Amino acid sequence: MIALLRQEMRLALRHPADSLAAVMFFVLVAALFPFGIGPAPETLARIAPGALCAAALLAALLPLDRLFGADAEDGMLDQLLLSGLPLVLVALAKALAHWLTTGLPLLLAAPIAAAMLNLPVAAWGVAMAALGLATGFLSLLGTAGAALTLGARRGGVLLPLLVLPLAIPSVIFGAAAIEAAAAGLPARPYLLLLAALLAAALPLAPLATAAALRVE
Amino acid sequence: MLEAQDLACRRGERAIFAGLSFRLAPGEALLLLGANGSGKSSLLRLLAGLLAPAEGRLLWDGTDALADRAAHATRLRYLAHQEALKPSLTATENLDFFARLWGGTPAAALARLDLSPLADLPVRLLSAGQRRRLALARLALAPVPLWLLDEPTLGLDAAAVGRLGGLLASHRAAGGMVLAATHLQLPLPGARELQL
Repeated sequence: MIALLRQEMRLALRHPADSLAAVMFFVLVAALFPFGIGPAPETLARIAPGALCAAALLAALLPLDRLFGADAEDGMLDQLLLSGLPLVLVALAKALAHWLTTGLPLLLAAPIAAAMLNLPVAAWGVAMAALGLATGFLSLLGTAGAALTLGARRGGVLLPLLVLPLAIPSVIFGAAAIEAAAAGLPARPYLLLLAALLAAALPLAPLATAAALRVE
Repeated sequence: MLEAQDLACRRGERAIFAGLSFRLAPGEALLLLGANGSGKSSLLRLLAGLLAPAEGRLLWDGTDALADRAAHATRLRYLAHQEALKPSLTATENLDFFARLWGGTPAAALARLDLSPLADLPVRLLSAGQRRRLALARLALAPVPLWLLDEPTLGLDAAAVGRLGGLLASHRAAGGMVLAATHLQLPLPGARELQL
C-alpha cells in the first residue's frame, strides 16, 4: 500500500498541472459569487460558508475520473488486481493519494477563497478544518464512484451525478460549522459530525470500491 | 501443475471458445496459436483470474484455482498488450513499484534485458521495443511458478528475443510454467502447441 501511495505521489509531482487545475477551479468558482450576487460585504459573508464548501467539493471532483481511468487504459489496473495487494488497501491508497494531491492543495488555497467571500478571519481556522474533513469524505466517496463508473460510457458525467448527492451531508455540516464560527458560536459539534461522516466512510467506501473493481 | 477442464469463454453474447482442456506440468511451455479474435488473449485473462470462465474449471495442483483469486494472483505474472508503464516515471521507478510488492531489485531486472543504460530515462522517451523489454523485465524481478505472456516478442529485435529466450529457459529450468499467445516464433524449445 505504501508502494502504491509512493507511486501515486510521484506521478502527481511529475504532473503538478492536475492538482493546480483543481485549485484554480476552486478559486475561480469562489470568485464567481461576488460577481453574481454583488459585492455587498454582508451578503457575501452570509453565503460564504456554503459557497466555500460547494466550490471545494466541485473542485475535488475534477480529477476523480482519471483516478482509475488512466490505470485502466495503460493496463496498470490489471496489474493492480494481480499485484497480491488486498483491493481494499488499493482503494484506500487511491483515496489517500486523491486527498493528498487535491484536498490538501485546496485547503492551502482556502484562505484566498475565504478572503474573496469576505469570511471573517476568525472563522478561517474552522473553515479549513471543515473543508479538510469534507474533502476527505469526498475523496473516499469519489474513489468508490470512480471505480463504479469505470468502463461506463460517459463515466465522467455519471460520476458527479453519483457522488454529489451522497456528499450533501458534508456540505450541510461543513457550512454549519463555518457559519457557527463566523457568528462566534462553538463549531465543535458540527466538526464532530463531519468527522463522524469521515469515520463511517473510511471503512465502507474502500470496501465498495474493492467490490466495484472486482466486477470490472 | 495447472489444469484446465472444459473451459468456455463468452464475451457479451458471443461464444469465443468452449470445451478447452489442457494440462501444464512444471517446466513445460504451451504456445497458444490461432487467428485474430480466436480468444488467445481472453484465455490468458481467464487463466489470470481477470475474467470468469463461462463454463469449466481451472485447477492448480488439483484444487480450484479461481476460488481464491488473490492467492492465485500471487502464483502468476501476466504480461498484457498494455504494458502498465507510466510514461512520466523512469524505467527504474516503474520497476521499483513492482519490486516493492514482489521483491527483487530493479537494477538486476533491467540488466537481464539489457536496459541498464536506459534506467534513468523517462519511459515516454523509450521506443516501443524498449517499452516491451521493460515490461518483460518485471518477469525477472521475483520468481513465480506461472507466466502468462500475450505476444511477448511484439516489437523486439533479434538480440532482445535472444535475451527473452535466456529468461524463459532459466524460468523453466527452475520448474516454472509458461503460457504464451503468439503469432511469431518464440524461443521456447520443446513447447507444445494449442490451436484455438
